[in-house]
Amino acid sequence: MNPGKIMKYTGIFLFIIAFILSFGLLTMSDYILTEEIINREREGKKYEIFSSEARGMFGRKYEWNFTFINDLDDVFKRTNQHIRDQFWISDETIQKIIDLARKEDEFVFDTSLIEKVFTERNKTNEAKIRYLNDHTGWMDGRGYPDRKNLHDDLVKAQTTVNNNIVYQEGYGDYEIKQLKFSLTKHASQGILLENSWIWFLLTIGMMCLGGMIYALAAYGWRKPGIKNDGIFFSSLKALGWMGIGLGIILTGFYVFIYFYPEYVTNWVILVDPLSRLLNGGEASHWFLYGVLYTLAILVMGVRMFLKYKGNNIQVIRTLSVMFFQLGFAFLIPEILYSLNKPGYDFKNIWPLDYDFFYGYNLDDLMSGGTFGWFILFWGIMLVIIAVPFLTFFLGKRWYCSWVCGCGGLAETMGDPFRHLSDKSLKAWKIERWMVHGILVFVVINTGAVLYTFFTGQGSLLGVGTDQIRTVYGFLIGSIFAGVIGVGFYPLMGNRVWCRFGCPLAAYLGIVQRFKSRFRITTNGGQCISCGNCSTYCEMGIDVRWYAQRGQNVIRASCVGCGICAAVCPRGVLKLENNKEKGRFNGPALVGNKNYDPVTSA
Amino acid sequence: MGNIKNIVIIGNGISGITAARHIRKRSDDPITIISAETDHFFSRTALMYIYMGHMKYESTKPYEDWFWGKNNLQLLKGFVKKVDTDKKELQLHSGKILGYDILIIATGSKPNKFGWPGEDLKGVQGLYSYQDLENMQIFTRGIRRAVVVGGGLIGIEMVEMLLSREIPVTFLVREASFWDMVLPSGESAMVNRHIREHEVDLRLETELEKILPDDKGRARAVISSGGEEIPCQFVGLAVGVHPNIGFLKESKVDTDRGILVNPYFETNIPDVYAIGDCVQYSEPLPGRKPIEQVWYTGRIHGETVALTITGKRTPYQPGPWFNSAKFFDIEYQVYGNVSNVAGKNETSVYWEDQAGKRSIRLVYAMDTRTLLGVNLMGVRFRHQVCDNWIRDKISIDEAVRNLNKAFFDAEFSDNPLPMVTDQYNRQNPDHPVHMKKSKSFISNIFS
Ligand SMILES: Cc1cc2nc3c(=O)[nH]c(=O)nc-3n(C[C@H](O)[C@H](O)[C@H](O)COP(=O)(O)OP(=O)(O)OC[C@H]3O[C@@H](n4cnc5c(N)ncnc54)[C@H](O)[C@@H]3O)c2cc1C
Ligand code: SF4
Repeated sequence: MNPGKIMKYTGIFLFIIAFILSFGLLTMSDYILTEEIINREREGKKYEIFSSEARGMFGRKYEWNFTFINDLDDVFKRTNQHIRDQFWISDETIQKIIDLARKEDEFVFDTSLIEKVFTERNKTNEAKIRYLNDHTGWMDGRGYPDRKNLHDDLVKAQTTVNNNIVYQEGYGDYEIKQLKFSLTKHASQGILLENSWIWFLLTIGMMCLGGMIYALAAYGWRKPGIKNDGIFFSSLKALGWMGIGLGIILTGFYVFIYFYPEYVTNWVILVDPLSRLLNGGEASHWFLYGVLYTLAILVMGVRMFLKYKGNNIQVIRTLSVMFFQLGFAFLIPEILYSLNKPGYDFKNIWPLDYDFFYGYNLDDLMSGGTFGWFILFWGIMLVIIAVPFLTFFLGKRWYCSWVCGCGGLAETMGDPFRHLSDKSLKAWKIERWMVHGILVFVVINTGAVLYTFFTGQGSLLGVGTDQIRTVYGFLIGSIFAGVIGVGFYPLMGNRVWCRFGCPLAAYLGIVQRFKSRFRITTNGGQCISCGNCSTYCEMGIDVRWYAQRGQNVIRASCVGCGICAAVCPRGVLKLENNKEKGRFNGPALVGNKNYDPVTSA
Repeated sequence: MGNIKNIVIIGNGISGITAARHIRKRSDDPITIISAETDHFFSRTALMYIYMGHMKYESTKPYEDWFWGKNNLQLLKGFVKKVDTDKKELQLHSGKILGYDILIIATGSKPNKFGWPGEDLKGVQGLYSYQDLENMQIFTRGIRRAVVVGGGLIGIEMVEMLLSREIPVTFLVREASFWDMVLPSGESAMVNRHIREHEVDLRLETELEKILPDDKGRARAVISSGGEEIPCQFVGLAVGVHPNIGFLKESKVDTDRGILVNPYFETNIPDVYAIGDCVQYSEPLPGRKPIEQVWYTGRIHGETVALTITGKRTPYQPGPWFNSAKFFDIEYQVYGNVSNVAGKNETSVYWEDQAGKRSIRLVYAMDTRTLLGVNLMGVRFRHQVCDNWIRDKISIDEAVRNLNKAFFDAEFSDNPLPMVTDQYNRQNPDHPVHMKKSKSFISNIFS
């Protein structure tokens, strides 16, 4: 075996060992819940019930996080049941109200009747009165011809109140999710806590090291040039079992980080020291995610330097996404947190940053003094000035393949999968409907949320703005951008989200298509229709279709990564900014005096 | 035209397909395209990338499979055995008879073999068709060494292909330097160095004597012209191609080395046309070879014959010569006439970078100082600009002054043009020129 091969296998070996170890780590803590731990979460009346329900778990040692979490789930369930029983509006109460509402030949409802039913005055009953009042206000003073009519309306209110009790008085889903995570994390005991740094290095650190060694062996001492040998024979890169396996693992990772972080607290513990170093606080699962995301871009960025050495634009562009991820997306927000300022990512632009205009964020910014106002101003300027102007001069590439975090990951960690994008005309059609549909969706979402922010009305045209927000956040923000967007790299290519989902890409794309100086120029009659350009287009653009007819490539979706121009063996493609005149040039092959562009169209 | 004509095209390569597409733009006549090779048009030039794992066969098809039905182009898989121009009929290998009103022959080339002993052994082959590729995949599996014969474009592609699978290669080249019947010596030497850098056992001025079989009828070694026995399990023959016209032997279509055509691609038989690699011009255009075996000439043939067949009789009038190739990692482009050995009245400015990986050569006439051609290694120029320069017969001084306009390398790449200007000024102290500055990045943004 030659040294290169040995190094390659060393890299793979280290990576796999670290990978397996990191899964092993998930089982390496014990969990003991104590009063001190839950005391940290003391909040409101419900806490008393919760703590008494949780008492049964105190001091008990769990070896597995899922049994621990299972018991925690039970505690929350029982607590909520308790609370529900306590605040339950019974049928009897309803009947009593109806009795009180009886007049000679009709029933007249009046909210003051409610108080009369609850003879005993305590906090619970006061809450019940308040909730019933809230939901019957519209019935105030109304007359009903018979008992049944009034009963129907009251039951509606009763049901609503009963259904919402746990959200008002108990633990809602979101809160449970948060608590499960922090309780599990704080209940953890064992070797991970004492030597977090070492474990961090042995797992995440060693995966990075293995990756680097592998990249160095694969590309390090090779001469500049295209290095795509064997890609379509690779199980990992060409949809073999390894690729599908990686797709499942990545997707699973996202599902856990987004929806079940309590199961991966052991990983979060590993980055606690780093978090303390950066912002003084302990790590959340989002911090872990940020660390992994940044490391992926940095390590795979180094791989890009090696793979594309000699190709200046690729190297500079990769440096750029590494810089923006490390500085803008990761370090600056952490530093801002530690200064008690909003942890804002100064390069994230609405509508990719879809919650920028959400009420809580606006409140946050507006109450954050000059700095908060500055962020608000900056964020708006990005949307209305930076996007149109920079895209006019440079094309959407200035953002998508030089600055953006999603683009940054796609261009580094996703590079080995770029050829998996679908090039068919059909895929292009689906892409246009989807990406512009999502742009419309985000505009409606933001409009609705702003409407609520300014008017205080919770619903617009009969739909709760909260609901729109939830649906968007779940379907687009989490499932599409995260789980599918990255999880499907090895299945559908590295730009699934950017191509089919990103509303900012749609906005940038509209500018690029209609008002920009950017284009990919095709070189006269040099194209030999080999198809390298189309194959390696991560956005699924059939570049060859343009090149073989001598037509400039001008497409809304083009992120300007420049790989088509790099892999073209005949020097046919050049990304450039130039005068708008002549940008759309129709078919224009050079070399045939009798060439008739009309017949070639 | 009125009456419907049944158009049949033999060959689904670039020339036949281009003809079909362009005819379809101008007419609704039924078009049938026959090929024995693959169901659909694919790019022959990409064969190497399939072997190297850069692409799948699927991605070498320039049009999706629905394209043909949508444009009402009928595809027929089959091999044409005979052409009867009296009855206007084709006989297929399957026995099927197919009539035509207009016939376009676009059957491409076949790899040359020169009667070497052992040339028909297993594991000995050229690289032209899809089937050749499949054979190469089979016969190079797990082998210890391969020999490639022939220092041309396909030869060096075969070497690169084999290396991509980590198969050691001995490369036999008849000439004293790689492709020196086309490349000037500087460029040719650059490729020699580059080949050796890739640890290829390059043997210049070496020919193939014979190929030795093992007991299973497979190649086991070659004997070179020096008498040396080189053990190998695969022999790639890349010593040129010739027009694929065997099936016309008994027909009345006039052939020489290729099918003889006039500038309208008409053969000696009315309603029978021939285009692409299989064609030999009865009267070659000045400065052009009688048989042109490149992708874009096939395309232009197709574009041109389509006009003629649809009623606009048009001669073959290509612009100035151009071509491109890639030798491992070094891209090559040529515009206009660049000969391997400078003609009597020719000279050139030649710049080569220190690493010996990039070069620019501007060839011009000594007396008129007219620019004749541009030869580029590792540098890309704009076809349109070079084409205009050569057509307009601009002077070398003007070309040097305007080099920036032709530069086509990626943004941020190292710009060699100032060094070319310096070189020119050193060679022509009495004609110093200043290259017009390319606009800076910032000023280019606002121009
Ligand atoms: C490996 C390789 C790399 C190349 N690279 C380049 C390059 O980089 N640049 C460049 O300019 N050129 C290149 N060429 C040359 C270029 O591919 C050819 O010039 C071009 O393909 C010729 O096109 P054509 O349409 O004339 O014929 P072909 O593409 O050969 O098509 C002819 C078709 O007709 C079929 N056919 C033949 N006879 C019959 C019959 N009797 N019945 C039915 N079907 C038949 C054949 O099977 C074939 O499918 C390369 C060639 C090869 C082999
Ligand atoms: S890679 Fe280059 S030569 Fe090949 S199809 Fe694309 S533009 Fe044409």
